Amino acid sequence: MPAKLILSMDGSVIKEYPLTKERTTIGRKPHNDITIDNLAVSSEHAAVITILNDSFFEDLNSTNGSMVNGAPTQKHFLQNNDVIEIGKYKLKYLNDQPTQTSAADFEKTMVLRAPIKQSAASVVPVADSGAKFESTTQYNATAPKPASAATPAAAPTPTPVAVIQILNGPNLGKELELSKNLTTLGKPGVQVAVLARRPHGYFITHVEGGSFPLVNGSSIGEQPHQLNDHDVIELAGIKMEFYLKN
Amino acid sequence: MRAAPRWQMPSVSVHPRCSDRQGERVNLNQALEIVGQTNPGMVRSHNEDSITFDAEYGLAVLADGMGGYNAGEVASGIAVSVLASEIRHRMESVSPEQKEAGSEDEIGVALLRDNVKKANLSIFNAAQSQPQYAGMGTTIVAGLFYDNRVAVAHVGDSRMYRLRGEVFETVTRDHSLLQEQIDSGVISKELARLSQNKNLVTRAVGIDADVVPEVHVYDVEVGDIYLFCSDGLNDMVEDEDIGATLQMLQGNLTLAASQLIEQANDNGGRDNVSVILVKIKGGYAAPRGLWAKLVSWFRN
Repeated sequence: MPAKLILSMDGSVIKEYPLTKERTTIGRKPHNDITIDNLAVSSEHAAVITILNDSFFEDLNSTNGSMVNGAPTQKHFLQNNDVIEIGKYKLKYLNDQPTQTSAADFEKTMVLRAPIKQSAASVVPVADSGAKFESTTQYNATAPKPASAATPAAAPTPTPVAVIQILNGPNLGKELELSKNLTTLGKPGVQVAVLARRPHGYFITHVEGGSFPLVNGSSIGEQPHQLNDHDVIELAGIKMEFYLKN
Repeated sequence: MRAAPRWQMPSVSVHPRCSDRQGERVNLNQALEIVGQTNPGMVRSHNEDSITFDAEYGLAVLADGMGGYNAGEVASGIAVSVLASEIRHRMESVSPEQKEAGSEDEIGVALLRDNVKKANLSIFNAAQSQPQYAGMGTTIVAGLFYDNRVAVAHVGDSRMYRLRGEVFETVTRDHSLLQEQIDSGVISKELARLSQNKNLVTRAVGIDADVVPEVHVYDVEVGDIYLFCSDGLNDMVEDEDIGATLQMLQGNLTLAASQLIEQANDNGGRDNVSVILVKIKGGYAAPRGLWAKLVSWFRN
Protein backbone atom coordinates (compact mmCIF):
# COMPACT_ATOMS: atom_id res chain seq x y z
CA MET A 1 0.00 0.00 0.00
CA PRO A 2 1.40 3.42 -0.93
CA ALA A 3 1.97 6.27 1.48
CA LYS A 4 -0.83 8.82 1.63
CA LEU A 5 -1.85 12.33 2.50
CA ILE A 6 -4.97 13.02 4.53
CA LEU A 7 -6.52 16.40 3.76
CA SER A 8 -8.44 18.01 6.60
CA MET A 9 -9.66 21.35 7.86
CA ASP A 10 -10.73 22.30 11.37
CA GLY A 11 -10.39 18.71 12.41
CA SER A 12 -12.74 17.31 9.75
CA VAL A 13 -11.28 14.83 7.33
CA ILE A 14 -12.04 15.85 3.77
CA LYS A 15 -10.31 13.21 1.68
CA GLU A 16 -7.47 10.69 1.52
CA TYR A 17 -4.93 10.87 -1.32
CA PRO A 18 -2.71 7.82 -1.94
CA LEU A 19 0.71 8.87 -3.23
CA THR A 20 0.83 6.70 -6.33
CA LYS A 21 2.59 9.09 -8.72
CA GLU A 22 6.17 10.30 -8.77
CA ARG A 23 4.85 13.88 -8.59
CA THR A 24 1.66 14.78 -6.71
CA THR A 25 0.70 18.42 -7.19
CA ILE A 26 -1.21 20.62 -4.73
CA GLY A 27 -2.91 23.90 -5.64
CA ARG A 28 -6.04 25.90 -6.33
CA LYS A 29 -6.42 25.09 -10.02
CA PRO A 30 -8.43 21.94 -10.82
CA HIS A 31 -5.62 20.27 -12.80
CA ASN A 32 -3.76 19.63 -9.52
CA ASP A 33 -3.84 16.12 -7.99
CA ILE A 34 -4.94 17.71 -4.74
CA THR A 35 -7.19 20.67 -5.50
CA ILE A 36 -7.87 23.08 -2.66
CA ASP A 37 -10.37 25.67 -3.80
CA ASN A 38 -9.40 28.51 -1.46
CA LEU A 39 -8.01 31.99 -2.20
CA ALA A 40 -5.17 31.56 0.32
CA VAL A 41 -3.83 28.73 -1.86
CA SER A 42 -1.80 29.50 -4.99
CA SER A 43 -2.81 28.02 -8.37
CA GLU A 44 0.21 25.72 -8.19
CA HIS A 45 1.15 25.83 -4.56
CA ALA A 46 3.33 22.79 -3.82
CA ALA A 47 4.26 19.27 -4.85
CA VAL A 48 5.15 15.96 -3.22
CA ILE A 49 7.83 13.92 -4.97
CA THR A 50 7.72 10.19 -4.27
CA ILE A 51 10.63 7.88 -5.04
CA LEU A 52 9.95 4.29 -3.95
CA ASN A 53 9.18 4.59 -0.21
CA ASP A 54 10.46 8.14 0.31
CA SER A 55 8.44 11.32 -0.18
CA PHE A 56 9.69 14.91 -0.37
CA PHE A 57 7.59 18.03 0.03
CA GLU A 58 8.39 21.14 -2.00
CA ASP A 59 6.75 24.57 -1.94
CA LEU A 60 6.54 25.98 -5.50
CA ASN A 61 7.24 29.62 -4.59
CA SER A 62 3.63 30.07 -3.47
CA THR A 63 2.32 33.48 -2.39
CA ASN A 64 1.52 32.55 1.22
CA GLY A 65 4.10 29.78 1.71
CA SER A 66 3.70 26.40 3.40
CA MET A 67 4.48 24.98 6.83
CA VAL A 68 5.55 21.51 7.93
CA ASN A 69 5.06 20.64 11.59
CA GLY A 70 4.50 24.30 12.37
CA ALA A 71 7.64 25.71 10.74
CA PRO A 72 7.73 27.62 7.39
CA THR A 73 9.31 25.23 4.87
CA GLN A 74 10.62 25.31 1.32
CA LYS A 75 11.69 21.67 1.07
CA HIS A 76 11.20 18.78 3.49
CA PHE A 77 11.92 15.05 3.56
CA LEU A 78 8.55 13.77 4.84
CA GLN A 79 8.47 11.43 7.81
CA ASN A 80 5.50 9.43 9.00
CA ASN A 81 2.91 11.66 10.76
CA ASP A 82 4.32 14.94 9.50
CA VAL A 83 1.67 17.62 9.04
CA ILE A 84 1.82 20.03 6.10
CA GLU A 85 -0.14 23.26 6.49
CA ILE A 86 -1.39 25.27 3.53
CA GLY A 87 -3.65 28.14 4.53
CA LYS A 88 -6.21 26.65 6.93
CA TYR A 89 -5.82 23.19 5.42
CA LYS A 90 -3.73 20.37 6.85
CA LEU A 91 -2.21 17.46 4.97
CA LYS A 92 -1.05 14.63 7.18
CA TYR A 93 1.57 12.37 5.67
CA LEU A 94 1.25 8.66 6.48
CA ASN A 95 3.71 6.01 5.36
CA ASP A 96 2.58 2.40 5.13
CA GLN A 97 3.93 0.56 8.15
CA PRO A 98 2.26 -2.41 9.89
CA THR A 99 1.48 -0.38 13.01
CA GLN A 100 0.22 2.57 10.98
CA THR A 101 -3.20 4.10 11.40
CA SER A 102 -5.00 6.70 9.33
CA ALA A 103 -7.85 9.11 9.82
CA ALA A 104 -10.05 6.57 8.06
CA ASP A 105 -9.57 4.28 11.08
CA PHE A 106 -11.71 6.68 13.10
CA GLU A 107 -14.74 4.98 11.64
CA LYS A 108 -13.23 1.50 11.44
CA THR A 109 -15.07 -1.14 13.44
CA MET A 110 -12.80 -3.02 15.82
CA VAL A 111 -13.48 -5.91 18.16
CA LEU A 112 -13.28 -5.55 21.89
CA ARG A 113 -11.92 -8.62 23.66
CA ALA A 114 -11.80 -7.74 27.34
CA PRO A 115 -14.99 -8.19 29.37
CA ILE A 116 -16.75 -4.90 30.05
CA LYS A 117 -16.64 -3.67 33.63
CA GLN A 118 -19.83 -2.10 34.93
CA SER A 119 -18.14 0.71 36.85
CA ALA A 120 -17.82 3.97 34.93
CA ALA A 121 -14.35 5.43 34.90
CA SER A 122 -12.22 2.34 35.06
CA VAL A 123 -13.19 0.88 31.66
CA VAL A 124 -10.09 0.62 29.51
CA PRO A 125 -10.91 -1.12 26.25
CA VAL A 126 -8.37 -3.64 24.97
CA ALA A 127 -8.87 -4.09 21.26
CA ASP A 128 -8.27 -7.32 19.38
CA SER A 129 -5.19 -6.15 17.50
CA GLY A 130 -3.61 -4.41 20.47
CA ALA A 131 -0.88 -2.38 18.78
CA LYS A 132 -3.32 -0.98 16.27
CA PHE A 133 -5.68 0.29 18.96
CA GLU A 134 -2.91 1.99 20.90
CA SER A 135 -1.71 3.86 17.85
CA THR A 136 -5.25 5.00 17.22
CA THR A 137 -5.45 6.35 20.77
CA GLN A 138 -2.16 8.17 20.21
CA TYR A 139 -3.48 9.69 17.02
CA ASN A 140 -6.62 10.82 18.85
CA ALA A 141 -4.54 12.69 21.38
CA THR A 142 -2.76 14.80 18.83
CA ALA A 143 -5.45 15.26 16.19
CA PRO A 144 -8.68 17.19 16.69
CA LYS A 145 -11.96 15.27 16.97
CA PRO A 146 -13.85 14.51 13.80
CA ALA A 147 -16.86 16.73 13.23
CA SER A 148 -20.28 15.43 14.24
CA ALA A 149 -22.27 13.55 11.66
CA ALA A 150 -24.59 16.43 10.83
CA THR A 151 -21.87 18.69 9.43
CA PRO A 152 -21.41 18.36 5.68
CA ALA A 153 -17.76 17.85 4.80
CA ALA A 154 -15.79 20.13 2.48
CA ALA A 155 -18.62 22.52 1.62
CA PRO A 156 -16.78 25.83 1.27
CA THR A 157 -19.97 27.92 1.26
CA PRO A 158 -23.18 27.02 3.11
CA THR A 159 -26.19 26.13 0.91
CA PRO A 160 -28.39 29.22 0.47
CA VAL A 161 -31.97 28.98 1.71
CA ALA A 162 -34.52 28.30 -1.03
CA VAL A 163 -38.24 28.91 -1.29
CA ILE A 164 -41.06 27.51 -3.40
CA GLN A 165 -43.89 29.88 -4.33
CA ILE A 166 -47.16 28.52 -5.76
CA LEU A 167 -48.12 30.27 -8.99
CA ASN A 168 -51.63 28.93 -9.66
CA GLY A 169 -54.61 27.09 -8.20
CA PRO A 170 -56.28 27.56 -4.81
CA ASN A 171 -52.93 27.97 -3.00
CA LEU A 172 -51.73 30.75 -5.29
CA GLY A 173 -49.13 32.94 -3.58
CA LYS A 174 -48.34 30.49 -0.76
CA GLU A 175 -44.66 30.06 0.05
CA LEU A 176 -42.76 27.08 1.43
CA GLU A 177 -39.22 27.46 2.73
CA LEU A 178 -37.00 24.46 1.96
CA SER A 179 -35.22 24.23 5.28
CA LYS A 180 -35.12 20.44 5.63
CA ASN A 181 -32.92 17.90 3.83
CA LEU A 182 -35.92 16.49 1.99
CA THR A 183 -39.29 18.04 1.17
CA THR A 184 -41.94 16.11 -0.74
CA LEU A 185 -44.45 17.75 -3.05
CA GLY A 186 -47.70 16.30 -4.34
CA LYS A 187 -50.13 13.63 -3.28
CA PRO A 188 -48.80 10.32 -1.86
CA GLY A 189 -49.92 7.39 -3.96
CA VAL A 190 -50.83 9.67 -6.88
CA GLN A 191 -48.01 12.01 -7.88
CA VAL A 192 -45.02 12.79 -5.69
CA ALA A 193 -41.70 14.56 -6.26
CA VAL A 194 -38.97 15.18 -3.71
CA LEU A 195 -36.80 18.28 -3.30
CA ALA A 196 -33.40 17.46 -1.81
CA ARG A 197 -31.26 20.09 -0.14
CA ARG A 198 -27.64 19.04 -0.66
CA PRO A 199 -24.29 20.72 0.05
CA HIS A 200 -23.92 21.80 -3.58
CA GLY A 201 -27.49 22.78 -4.41
CA TYR A 202 -31.09 21.71 -4.65
CA PHE A 203 -32.33 18.76 -6.68
CA ILE A 204 -35.80 17.64 -7.69
CA THR A 205 -36.48 13.93 -8.28
CA HIS A 206 -39.58 12.07 -9.38
CA VAL A 207 -40.76 9.67 -6.67
CA GLU A 208 -44.01 8.13 -7.90
CA GLY A 209 -46.93 8.79 -10.24
CA GLY A 210 -47.99 8.54 -13.85
CA SER A 211 -45.96 11.44 -15.22
CA PHE A 212 -42.66 13.13 -14.47
CA PRO A 213 -42.39 16.64 -13.05
CA LEU A 214 -41.68 19.48 -15.49
CA VAL A 215 -39.02 22.11 -14.94
CA ASN A 216 -39.35 25.16 -17.22
CA GLY A 217 -41.71 23.15 -19.38
CA SER A 218 -39.48 20.12 -19.90
CA SER A 219 -39.96 16.72 -18.32
CA ILE A 220 -37.12 15.85 -15.96
CA GLY A 221 -37.40 12.08 -16.41
CA GLU A 222 -36.26 9.59 -13.77
CA GLN A 223 -32.97 11.21 -12.77
CA PRO A 224 -32.45 13.93 -10.14
CA HIS A 225 -32.48 17.38 -11.73
CA GLN A 226 -30.57 20.31 -10.28
CA LEU A 227 -32.68 23.43 -9.78
CA ASN A 228 -31.55 26.93 -10.68
CA ASP A 229 -32.75 30.23 -9.29
CA HIS A 230 -36.24 31.08 -10.68
CA ASP A 231 -36.89 27.68 -12.26
CA VAL A 232 -40.60 26.95 -12.67
CA ILE A 233 -41.66 23.48 -11.53
CA GLU A 234 -44.93 21.90 -12.63
CA LEU A 235 -46.37 18.91 -10.79
CA ALA A 236 -49.90 17.49 -11.04
CA GLY A 237 -51.13 20.72 -12.65
CA ILE A 238 -49.66 22.97 -9.99
CA LYS A 239 -46.99 25.48 -11.07
CA MET A 240 -44.47 26.81 -8.60
CA GLU A 241 -41.38 28.95 -8.73
CA PHE A 242 -38.13 27.89 -7.08
CA TYR A 243 -35.97 30.76 -5.92
CA LEU A 244 -33.00 31.33 -3.64
CA LYS A 245 -33.33 33.79 -0.78
CA ASN A 246 -30.92 36.75 -0.85
CA MET B 1 -15.37 11.56 -8.54
CA ARG B 2 -17.94 9.87 -6.36
CA ALA B 3 -18.24 6.13 -6.92
CA ALA B 4 -21.62 5.14 -8.31
CA PRO B 5 -23.61 2.97 -5.89
CA ARG B 6 -23.18 -0.70 -6.69
CA TRP B 7 -26.67 -2.05 -7.44
CA GLN B 8 -27.58 -5.42 -6.13
CA MET B 9 -30.32 -6.81 -8.36
CA PRO B 10 -32.74 -9.13 -6.61
CA SER B 11 -31.87 -12.63 -7.73
CA VAL B 12 -34.49 -14.83 -9.28
CA SER B 13 -33.38 -18.40 -8.78
CA VAL B 14 -34.65 -21.25 -10.90
CA HIS B 15 -34.27 -24.49 -9.04
CA PRO B 16 -35.44 -28.09 -9.36
CA ARG B 17 -38.36 -28.80 -7.06
CA CYS B 18 -38.84 -32.14 -5.35
CA SER B 19 -42.30 -33.31 -6.32
CA ASP B 20 -43.44 -33.93 -2.76
CA ARG B 21 -42.32 -30.42 -1.73
CA GLN B 22 -43.96 -28.65 -4.65
CA GLY B 23 -46.39 -25.99 -3.48
CA GLU B 24 -45.29 -26.12 0.18
CA ARG B 25 -42.68 -23.41 -0.08
CA VAL B 26 -44.40 -20.08 -0.19
CA ASN B 27 -43.02 -17.69 -2.80
CA LEU B 28 -42.89 -14.28 -1.17
CA ASN B 29 -42.30 -12.28 -4.36
CA GLN B 30 -45.82 -10.83 -4.23
CA ALA B 31 -45.82 -9.97 -0.56
CA LEU B 32 -42.37 -8.39 -0.31
CA GLU B 33 -40.56 -5.68 -2.24
CA ILE B 34 -36.83 -5.68 -1.53
CA VAL B 35 -34.13 -3.30 -2.79
CA GLY B 36 -30.53 -3.01 -1.69
CA GLN B 37 -27.52 -0.78 -2.37
CA THR B 38 -23.95 -0.62 -1.17
CA ASN B 39 -21.40 2.17 -1.60
CA PRO B 40 -17.74 2.54 -0.54
CA GLY B 41 -18.42 6.06 0.80
CA MET B 42 -16.30 9.16 0.26
CA VAL B 43 -13.12 8.25 2.15
CA ARG B 44 -12.36 4.55 1.84
CA SER B 45 -10.83 2.94 -1.20
CA HIS B 46 -12.35 -0.52 -0.54
CA ASN B 47 -15.92 -1.56 0.13
CA GLU B 48 -15.85 -4.15 2.90
CA ASP B 49 -19.64 -4.35 3.24
CA SER B 50 -21.53 -7.20 1.56
CA ILE B 51 -25.26 -7.54 0.97
CA THR B 52 -27.60 -10.09 -0.54
CA PHE B 53 -31.38 -10.41 -0.70
CA ASP B 54 -34.02 -12.61 -2.29
CA ALA B 55 -37.70 -11.69 -2.17
CA GLU B 56 -38.75 -15.17 -3.26
CA TYR B 57 -37.25 -16.69 -0.10
CA GLY B 58 -37.94 -13.67 2.09
CA LEU B 59 -34.26 -13.30 2.88
CA ALA B 60 -32.08 -10.23 3.50
CA VAL B 61 -28.47 -10.39 4.72
CA LEU B 62 -26.01 -7.56 5.36
CA ALA B 63 -22.46 -7.78 6.70
CA ASP B 64 -19.81 -5.15 7.53
CA GLY B 65 -16.33 -6.69 7.39
CA MET B 66 -13.18 -5.73 9.29
CA GLY B 67 -9.52 -6.64 8.90
CA GLY B 68 -6.31 -5.54 7.22
CA TYR B 69 -5.77 -5.36 3.46
CA ASN B 70 -8.99 -6.64 1.87
CA ALA B 71 -9.73 -9.17 4.61
CA GLY B 72 -12.90 -7.33 5.62
CA GLU B 73 -14.26 -7.81 2.12
CA VAL B 74 -13.47 -11.55 2.33
CA ALA B 75 -15.07 -11.95 5.76
CA SER B 76 -18.32 -10.16 4.94
CA GLY B 77 -18.48 -11.94 1.58
CA ILE B 78 -18.22 -15.35 3.25
CA ALA B 79 -20.90 -14.41 5.76
CA VAL B 80 -23.54 -13.39 3.21
CA SER B 81 -22.86 -16.21 0.81
CA VAL B 82 -22.93 -18.92 3.50
CA LEU B 83 -26.26 -17.66 4.83
CA ALA B 84 -27.84 -17.18 1.42
CA SER B 85 -26.85 -20.51 -0.07
CA GLU B 86 -27.43 -22.64 3.03
CA ILE B 87 -30.83 -21.13 3.79
CA ARG B 88 -32.07 -21.36 0.19
CA HIS B 89 -30.93 -24.96 0.05
CA ARG B 90 -32.55 -25.96 3.35
CA MET B 91 -35.81 -24.24 2.51
CA GLU B 92 -36.31 -26.67 -0.35
CA SER B 93 -37.02 -29.37 2.21
CA VAL B 94 -38.25 -27.59 5.35
CA SER B 95 -40.69 -24.81 6.18
CA PRO B 96 -39.42 -22.06 8.45
CA GLU B 97 -42.59 -21.81 10.56
CA GLN B 98 -42.43 -25.45 11.58
CA LYS B 99 -40.88 -26.37 14.90
CA GLU B 100 -37.47 -27.97 15.00
CA ALA B 101 -37.50 -31.63 16.01
CA GLY B 102 -37.36 -31.85 19.81
CA SER B 103 -37.22 -28.09 20.32
CA GLU B 104 -39.45 -25.09 20.94
CA ASP B 105 -37.58 -23.09 18.29
CA GLU B 106 -39.00 -22.50 14.86
CA ILE B 107 -36.92 -23.74 11.94
CA GLY B 108 -36.60 -20.15 10.70
CA VAL B 109 -34.84 -19.19 13.92
CA ALA B 110 -32.62 -22.28 13.80
CA LEU B 111 -31.73 -21.62 10.15
CA LEU B 112 -30.45 -18.16 10.97
CA ARG B 113 -28.66 -19.08 14.15
CA ASP B 114 -27.02 -22.24 12.83
CA ASN B 115 -25.83 -20.59 9.64
CA VAL B 116 -24.37 -17.58 11.39
CA LYS B 117 -22.39 -20.11 13.41
CA LYS B 118 -21.45 -21.93 10.20
CA ALA B 119 -20.25 -18.68 8.64
CA ASN B 120 -18.34 -17.94 11.82
CA LEU B 121 -16.41 -21.19 11.60
CA SER B 122 -15.75 -20.66 7.91
CA ILE B 123 -14.30 -17.21 8.48
CA PHE B 124 -12.40 -18.26 11.59
CA ASN B 125 -10.77 -21.15 9.77
CA ALA B 126 -9.87 -19.00 6.77
CA ALA B 127 -8.33 -16.46 9.14
CA GLN B 128 -6.19 -19.16 10.74
CA SER B 129 -4.95 -20.46 7.41
CA GLN B 130 -3.80 -17.23 5.74
CA PRO B 131 -1.60 -14.62 7.44
CA GLN B 132 -3.17 -11.72 5.58
CA TYR B 133 -6.59 -12.78 6.90
CA ALA B 134 -5.52 -13.09 10.53
CA GLY B 135 -8.00 -11.42 12.86
CA MET B 136 -10.56 -10.76 10.15
CA GLY B 137 -14.21 -10.69 11.10
CA THR B 138 -17.54 -9.20 10.27
CA THR B 139 -20.77 -7.97 11.75
CA ILE B 140 -23.96 -9.48 10.41
CA VAL B 141 -27.68 -8.71 10.40
CA ALA B 142 -30.02 -11.12 8.64
CA GLY B 143 -33.81 -11.23 8.28
CA LEU B 144 -35.95 -14.18 7.25
CA PHE B 145 -39.57 -13.30 6.47
CA TYR B 146 -42.14 -16.11 6.80
CA ASP B 147 -45.71 -16.66 8.02
CA ASN B 148 -46.44 -12.95 8.57
CA ARG B 149 -43.41 -12.66 10.79
CA VAL B 150 -39.72 -11.87 10.53
CA ALA B 151 -36.89 -13.63 12.33
CA VAL B 152 -33.82 -11.39 12.80
CA ALA B 153 -30.35 -12.53 13.76
CA HIS B 154 -27.51 -10.13 14.40
CA VAL B 155 -23.96 -9.98 15.71
CA GLY B 156 -22.27 -6.60 16.12
CA ASP B 157 -23.44 -3.09 15.26
CA SER B 158 -25.14 -3.48 11.89
CA ARG B 159 -28.81 -2.79 12.44
CA MET B 160 -32.37 -3.46 11.51
CA TYR B 161 -34.85 -0.59 11.85
CA ARG B 162 -38.60 -0.65 11.33
CA LEU B 163 -40.95 2.04 10.04
CA ARG B 164 -44.53 1.29 11.03
CA GLY B 165 -46.97 4.12 10.35
CA GLU B 166 -45.32 7.21 11.80
CA VAL B 167 -43.00 5.35 14.16
CA PHE B 168 -39.40 4.70 13.13
CA GLU B 169 -37.15 2.81 15.53
CA THR B 170 -34.23 0.41 15.82
CA VAL B 171 -35.27 -3.19 16.31
CA THR B 172 -31.82 -4.65 17.01
CA ARG B 173 -29.63 -3.52 19.87
CA ASP B 174 -25.94 -3.01 19.00
CA HIS B 175 -23.33 -5.36 20.44
CA SER B 176 -20.97 -2.49 21.12
CA LEU B 177 -19.01 -0.98 23.99
CA LEU B 178 -21.03 2.20 23.61
CA GLN B 179 -24.38 0.41 23.81
CA GLU B 180 -23.27 -1.47 26.92
CA GLN B 181 -22.26 1.85 28.47
CA ILE B 182 -25.61 3.37 27.55
CA ASP B 183 -27.43 0.33 28.95
CA SER B 184 -25.54 0.49 32.24
CA GLY B 185 -26.05 4.24 32.57
CA VAL B 186 -22.39 5.17 32.14
CA ILE B 187 -23.14 7.56 29.27
CA SER B 188 -26.30 9.15 27.91
CA LYS B 189 -27.57 8.41 24.41
CA GLU B 190 -27.01 12.05 23.41
CA LEU B 191 -23.39 12.21 24.60
CA ALA B 192 -22.74 8.82 23.03
CA ARG B 193 -22.78 10.53 19.63
CA LEU B 194 -19.56 12.32 20.53
CA SER B 195 -17.78 9.22 21.78
CA GLN B 196 -14.44 8.12 20.31
CA ASN B 197 -15.40 4.54 21.10
CA LYS B 198 -18.24 4.46 18.63
CA ASN B 199 -17.00 1.58 16.55
CA LEU B 200 -15.87 -0.96 19.13
CA VAL B 201 -18.06 -4.04 18.87
CA THR B 202 -18.23 -6.62 21.63
CA ARG B 203 -19.30 -9.47 19.37
CA ALA B 204 -18.19 -10.27 15.83
CA VAL B 205 -18.39 -13.16 13.38
CA GLY B 206 -15.15 -14.99 12.63
CA ILE B 207 -13.05 -13.73 15.53
CA ASP B 208 -13.51 -16.72 17.86
CA ALA B 209 -14.21 -20.40 17.26
CA ASP B 210 -17.72 -19.85 18.57
CA VAL B 211 -20.20 -16.98 18.37
CA VAL B 212 -23.59 -16.34 19.93
CA PRO B 213 -25.94 -14.55 17.51
CA GLU B 214 -28.90 -12.73 18.98
CA VAL B 215 -32.14 -13.93 17.33
CA HIS B 216 -35.69 -12.64 17.78
CA VAL B 217 -38.99 -13.07 15.95
CA TYR B 218 -41.41 -10.21 15.38
CA ASP B 219 -44.90 -9.94 13.95
CA VAL B 220 -45.11 -8.06 10.69
CA GLU B 221 -47.89 -5.77 9.42
CA VAL B 222 -48.75 -4.80 5.86
CA GLY B 223 -47.22 -1.39 5.22
CA ASP B 224 -44.18 -1.99 7.42
CA ILE B 225 -40.80 -1.03 5.99
CA TYR B 226 -37.67 -2.73 7.35
CA LEU B 227 -34.24 -1.16 6.93
CA PHE B 228 -31.08 -3.24 7.27
CA CYS B 229 -27.95 -1.08 7.33
CA SER B 230 -24.28 -0.91 8.21
CA ASP B 231 -23.02 1.74 10.64
CA GLY B 232 -21.80 3.75 7.65
CA LEU B 233 -25.41 4.96 7.48
CA ASN B 234 -26.41 5.58 11.08
CA ASP B 235 -23.02 7.10 11.98
CA MET B 236 -23.38 9.70 9.22
CA VAL B 237 -27.15 10.36 9.26
CA GLU B 238 -29.35 11.00 12.31
CA ASP B 239 -32.09 8.44 12.96
CA GLU B 240 -34.67 11.20 12.59
CA ASP B 241 -33.48 11.98 9.06
CA ILE B 242 -33.36 8.30 8.10
CA GLY B 243 -36.95 7.87 9.29
CA ALA B 244 -38.15 11.01 7.52
CA THR B 245 -36.54 9.86 4.27
CA LEU B 246 -38.22 6.46 4.46
CA GLN B 247 -41.56 7.96 5.32
CA MET B 248 -41.45 10.40 2.42
CA LEU B 249 -40.07 8.10 -0.23
CA GLN B 250 -41.80 4.83 0.62
CA GLY B 251 -43.60 5.03 -2.72
CA ASN B 252 -40.28 4.49 -4.48
CA LEU B 253 -38.04 2.13 -2.52
CA THR B 254 -35.14 2.34 -4.96
CA LEU B 255 -35.09 6.12 -4.63
CA ALA B 256 -35.34 5.85 -0.84
CA ALA B 257 -32.26 3.60 -0.79
CA SER B 258 -30.20 5.90 -3.00
CA GLN B 259 -31.27 8.99 -1.03
CA LEU B 260 -30.11 7.37 2.22
CA ILE B 261 -26.70 6.61 0.72
CA GLU B 262 -26.50 10.08 -0.79
CA GLN B 263 -27.20 11.68 2.60
CA ALA B 264 -24.51 9.55 4.24
CA ASN B 265 -22.01 10.66 1.60
CA ASP B 266 -23.09 14.32 1.70
CA ASN B 267 -22.50 14.25 5.45
CA GLY B 268 -18.94 13.00 4.98
CA GLY B 269 -19.25 9.36 3.94
CA ARG B 270 -16.42 8.32 6.25
CA ASP B 271 -17.23 4.61 6.03
CA ASN B 272 -18.68 2.09 3.57
CA VAL B 273 -22.48 2.40 3.59
CA SER B 274 -25.05 -0.29 2.76
CA VAL B 275 -28.82 -0.50 2.98
CA ILE B 276 -31.46 -3.15 2.29
CA LEU B 277 -35.09 -2.04 2.36
CA VAL B 278 -37.95 -4.52 2.70
CA LYS B 279 -41.50 -3.29 2.16
CA ILE B 280 -44.42 -5.48 3.22
CA LYS B 281 -46.93 -5.16 0.40
CA GLY B 282 -49.23 -7.98 1.47
CA GLY B 283 -49.76 -10.79 3.96
CA TYR B 284 -47.81 -14.04 3.64
CA ALA B 285 -49.29 -16.50 6.07
CA ALA B 286 -47.91 -20.02 5.78
CA PRO B 287 -50.34 -22.50 4.26
CA ARG B 288 -52.08 -24.55 6.92
CA GLY B 289 -54.25 -27.59 6.32
CA LEU B 290 -54.77 -29.48 3.07
CA TRP B 291 -57.01 -26.89 1.37
CA ALA B 292 -54.53 -24.05 1.99
CA LYS B 293 -51.73 -26.21 0.64
CA LEU B 294 -53.67 -26.97 -2.54
CA VAL B 295 -54.44 -23.30 -3.08
CA SER B 296 -50.81 -22.30 -2.66
CA TRP B 297 -49.77 -25.08 -5.04
CA PHE B 298 -51.90 -23.55 -7.80
CA ARG B 299 -50.65 -20.07 -7.01
CA ASN B 300 -47.02 -21.14 -7.31
